[in-house]
Amino acid sequence: MERKKLGLIINPIAGLGGSVGLKGTDGVSEEAIHRGAIPRAEERTQRALTELLANKNQVIVYTGPGSLGGRIAKQMGFPYVVDGALSDGHTTGKTTQDLVRWLQQQDVDLVLFAGGDGTARDIYAAAKASTVFLGIPAGVKIHSPVYAVNPSAAGALANLYLTGKVTKTSEQEVVDIDENQYRHDIINTKLYGYLTIPKEHAYTQNRKCASPPSEATAMETIAARVVDDMEPDTYYLIGAGTTTRAIMQELELAYTLIGVDIVCNKKLVAKDVYGKQIMQYIRGKKAKLVVTITGGQGFLFGRGNQQLTPEVIKKVGKDNLIILATKDKLFQLRGQPLLVDTGNAELDQKLSGFYRIICSYYETAVGKVATN
Amino acid sequence: MEMKRIDRSQKVRVGFHEAKWDEAIIYELSKPGERGILVPKADKKVVDAVGNGVSMLPKGLRRKQAVNLPELSQNHVLRHYMRLSQETLGADVNIEIGQGTCTMKYSPKINEQLARGIFDLHPEQDPSTAQGIMEIFHETDKYMQEISGMSRFTFQPGGGSQGLFTMGSIVKAYMNSKGETRDEFITTIYSHPSDAAAPALKGYKIIYLQPDPKTGVPDLEAFKAVCTERTAGFIQANPEDTGLYNSNIAKFVKYAHKMGALCCYDQANGNAVLGVARAKEAGFDMCHFNLHKTFSTPHGCGGPACGATGVRAGLEEFLPAPLIDFDGKKYFFNYKFENKKFGVHKVRAYYGVAPVVLKTYCWIRSLGPNGLYQVTKTAVLNNNYMFKKMLEIPGISAFYITDDNQRVEQCRYTMEKIYKDTGVSTTDIQRRMMDFGMHYWTSHHPFFLPEPITLEPTESPSKEDIDEYVNTLKYVFKECYDNPEYVKSAPHSSTTHQVDESVMDDPKKWATSWKVYLRKYK
Amino acid sequence: MRGFPNHPYIPDSDPKIQKEMLKKIGMTSLDQLHHDIPNSIKMHKELNIPEAFDSEYALQRHVEGLLNKNTTCKENLNFLGAGCWQHYVPALCDDINSRGEFLTGYGGEPYNELGRFQSLFEYASMMAELVGMDVVNVPTMDWAQAAATTARMAQRYTGRPEVIVPELLDPDKLNIMYNYCEPDVTFVQVKCDKQGLIDLKDLAAKITDKTAGVYFENPGYLGQLEVNAQKISDMAHKAGALSLVGVDPITLGVVAPPSDYGADIVCGDLQPLGIHMNYGGGQAGFMATRDEERFVMEFPSRLFGIAPTSKAGEYGFGDVAYDRTSFGHLREKAKEYVGTQTALWGITAGVYLATMGPRGMEEVGQTMMQNAQYAVRKLNEIHGVKANSLGGAFVKEFVVDFTATKKTVAKINKALLAKHIFGGKDLSKIFPTLGQSALYCVTEIHTCEDIDRLAAALAEVTR
Repeated sequence: MERKKLGLIINPIAGLGGSVGLKGTDGVSEEAIHRGAIPRAEERTQRALTELLANKNQVIVYTGPGSLGGRIAKQMGFPYVVDGALSDGHTTGKTTQDLVRWLQQQDVDLVLFAGGDGTARDIYAAAKASTVFLGIPAGVKIHSPVYAVNPSAAGALANLYLTGKVTKTSEQEVVDIDENQYRHDIINTKLYGYLTIPKEHAYTQNRKCASPPSEATAMETIAARVVDDMEPDTYYLIGAGTTTRAIMQELELAYTLIGVDIVCNKKLVAKDVYGKQIMQYIRGKKAKLVVTITGGQGFLFGRGNQQLTPEVIKKVGKDNLIILATKDKLFQLRGQPLLVDTGNAELDQKLSGFYRIICSYYETAVGKVATN
Repeated sequence: MEMKRIDRSQKVRVGFHEAKWDEAIIYELSKPGERGILVPKADKKVVDAVGNGVSMLPKGLRRKQAVNLPELSQNHVLRHYMRLSQETLGADVNIEIGQGTCTMKYSPKINEQLARGIFDLHPEQDPSTAQGIMEIFHETDKYMQEISGMSRFTFQPGGGSQGLFTMGSIVKAYMNSKGETRDEFITTIYSHPSDAAAPALKGYKIIYLQPDPKTGVPDLEAFKAVCTERTAGFIQANPEDTGLYNSNIAKFVKYAHKMGALCCYDQANGNAVLGVARAKEAGFDMCHFNLHKTFSTPHGCGGPACGATGVRAGLEEFLPAPLIDFDGKKYFFNYKFENKKFGVHKVRAYYGVAPVVLKTYCWIRSLGPNGLYQVTKTAVLNNNYMFKKMLEIPGISAFYITDDNQRVEQCRYTMEKIYKDTGVSTTDIQRRMMDFGMHYWTSHHPFFLPEPITLEPTESPSKEDIDEYVNTLKYVFKECYDNPEYVKSAPHSSTTHQVDESVMDDPKKWATSWKVYLRKYK
Repeated sequence: MRGFPNHPYIPDSDPKIQKEMLKKIGMTSLDQLHHDIPNSIKMHKELNIPEAFDSEYALQRHVEGLLNKNTTCKENLNFLGAGCWQHYVPALCDDINSRGEFLTGYGGEPYNELGRFQSLFEYASMMAELVGMDVVNVPTMDWAQAAATTARMAQRYTGRPEVIVPELLDPDKLNIMYNYCEPDVTFVQVKCDKQGLIDLKDLAAKITDKTAGVYFENPGYLGQLEVNAQKISDMAHKAGALSLVGVDPITLGVVAPPSDYGADIVCGDLQPLGIHMNYGGGQAGFMATRDEERFVMEFPSRLFGIAPTSKAGEYGFGDVAYDRTSFGHLREKAKEYVGTQTALWGITAGVYLATMGPRGMEEVGQTMMQNAQYAVRKLNEIHGVKANSLGGAFVKEFVVDFTATKKTVAKINKALLAKHIFGGKDLSKIFPTLGQSALYCVTEIHTCEDIDRLAAALAEVTR
């Protein structure tokens, strides 16, 4: 059997800040080392790769030199190939991106990467939609669900995926928080994009009733509902996210994943538009705004969709808000209210109340919207 | 050698192994020439008169080849199925606490024996020859009326979901009769998924109420925000699968009525309230009970069962027909009440699963009013005792904890902390618990609460049984920290090892029958 | 008094233990439980139902007393069928389905309840052979439910709203199908000819581009074998619709499986396969299709599949294609619900087929045909009685027309009852065009003597 190609990316400076109280290393790695931080990404990668040792002969590791992955691959006895164009030493986000591109050229089956939210953002910046990734948590900030719960879990899932025991994948958010604010204990997550990761399998059935649809199907059924309910001559502002993207796919229109597109009479009016531009389109028109929850904390506005300015939201109006969320996403909030942070406190207040959140073609859930 | 007394103080069955027979698929056991039974042959006089009989079959309708069935002698058939039965962890052989929401209580053997008495009754034999079973239907109807406060029951629905579907059908029929075109049904996240699926099948759009993050029960204000003149029905389990009772239920019902909707009570969790609270006093228009759960007629690996469905006075005409009535002298099938134009007419063949109704009758008669009350109070006591003990386990908690904390008959816990600490998930624990001969259930998907555990002790286990179950869980949770891999690779002492389900979603690889397996895997 | 201390079904009903447990949770009385239930909706009095029997024996005496008011199809000579049939139930069937492990199993996994999964997989495997298909579901409620689901499957498969059904269909079944399929499927009735067969001309007129499927039964509700089965399938297929066939599975040892004449979805009832009549409680429905992805994806019910495990030399089981919503039904209001149905009857049907084997199924088919044909011959000797009045081929059921006797079926059946014979089902109300007719069922359980006795009794009561 042909060996599976495992891509490996270690962000060697990931997690440096945490051990010395810096809450992340974005832009402060030297300060961290100065404070005596010990790199831990490699050690955590080793824990993940341990899960793959039994199948060592069935994989070949593609990675960067030295601390980028080559050293640990060699040390653990994995056959490996290194990207010669890269050099070990001073690594930046660009190093990560270059390595992602090279791995994609090598046509790897899966890319394991060790780092934190910042690393995931770098990965995303270079990732193709068809590449499957999986994060080994090694950074200080881990808010992106592209990471496994711990390094062993990442290794185990990678092993199942490479041996064909897990075949399904799902798109998960890459979110990050502003580290400057985080260092001052302000958590402000922002959605940057999505990575495709293997979908864990539970080995149990739990099946006393009909199964819920898969996440992807749920999104399609939500989109079908929105499209079927579309009113003529109404401008639909389609917000950011994979759930809203499904609407554009249903309509077979070009879309912006992290941005706002405008649709009217099921035709694309404008792509990737911002506050003032949006206002120009919808002035004097009937408009509806379609949004989903982003950023893992239940935000409707203010996290990754700053294009929707208070002016736009006010113009559209509370009654023309269409909120979408798959049950999976909604349930992660455990009944906590959805949050709005438009930057305009008065508007935030006005937006609060109960809404129907569309969660499939025929289902809605009642959600409370509250100010942050 | 002296035989030492076994120390059983630890109460964790570390030596358990489920029966594992490595039993072949029945086709692999087939030996041409063996046969399992001699079948009655037509008498000589018959054969002389009509010949071989099958020559009457028209061309194209005669089977060309014998059916490809296995050929086994009778004792081999028996042995095969005896082995398979031993590889099935029924309620009779384990401490049934783990299958929360399923009310896995003891099913008395006397009731099974008595049910054989109706083996040979045909549903269409003359009512004068079936007065006994008709009396049992009629009496059981009366008991269910008293237990719920409803006015009439049908036993047609063959399971809980069909009961829910029947309620959805009744709502639709009622609305049609009023010329109403309401198109929405409201339910709650913690009610059974069929509470949404069944009315949806009748064409309704579903609105879910989410639990309030503090109290765990749905918010009355949220309900009022969505209950409108478009609402045809409201359906909720109470207590819900979290074991929390919605104290405001009467207010929900009142508001729904104000808006012109009907209210349906999913009493799948009826074990929580026998003799303590009824559908009627909360104002419900209809309700259903799972006789295979609350009323002990066993689960049968998933049926035959009964979702007895009752309605308040004034809605009887919408029930599926017929009802069994008594005219003072004899029992008879009553089709007269039926709403010929709008009624539901029928949801299952004949009058429902008669043996289940009979066993329900027996169970109620062996408990009486005080026994039913005792059932519920003990089930709730057992659960609260267990709740207390569970929360003493490090890493285990529950949501919606208040100062004056109680659950009704079951509880949904969470092991999120243990998962975060060790990477061992609740589904791993589910498999590991099998290594001690115990069930364990998480929750319906998708999980609303993280890493959920749903346990329901019912009235059947003793305090010692509950202690053993909790001790076993404690033992396993400790293993999560000491040897997480071992827990994740469970089961180890069950009938087989982790199933590779990757083939299940691949049309080229899945095999739903032996012939398909042979075709795809030569 | 509220409560029943030391009840044998309730170990913790012992007051001493209860006290101890209450103490552990910081309570002193059972009344403190249920504190979330408002007083206004709590019951403050005892349930008004009879007091419990004071012994298991007393319960037994009482219930046996009630059941003695019945008189069974064994104590009498029974010729009722019409959807619930009296067949011989091999002893193994009752023995296995009363095993506590199966009887009280439920929602476990393919590990701790491997036996449940394997026996239901084997059931599906054997049923698949019987009906000539590949995929059979874990059983549903009854034939009517299976037929309704078959209609819904066809509607989803084709995206068309209408299913054609014969006018000679069990009206109860049709009511169940109506209720279950509304509002997504509309049923269109096709006429039947004098033999009870589908009128092909009328069928041709009713098949349109809205037709999702043509549903017919073989044998039909009145026992008639549908000789035009292949033609009907062809007509359906030509119009882009599916051929949907309901069967009585016990006939299939001798009758061709529906796959032979073009069926796409087969359904029926398992009750004849080793399940007692149980006053109508023994019904269990099944559906079957070929192993084609598009069909598999339309099953609402569970399908158990075989799979390898992490250990060599083991078979495991699981649910095939569990997420079946991804096949273009995004606008479907809802998938059909799944819940507790009739799994134990599925296991029982498996035991039956394994016990009968190929020879047993063939023999039982032959015996039924011989006995039924003999009965027709005997009844036709009676003046004014026309047995098999539809005139076509049949297996175990046939219509007997008493119109010429100038007596009603009701009256005849009453007279038969006095002779401890349960006459056939009265059709005069549900199919008035058949006059005073009854549907008789003769199976392998009837002896020549039984049939002669029926004939003699009928001759007497119709005189």
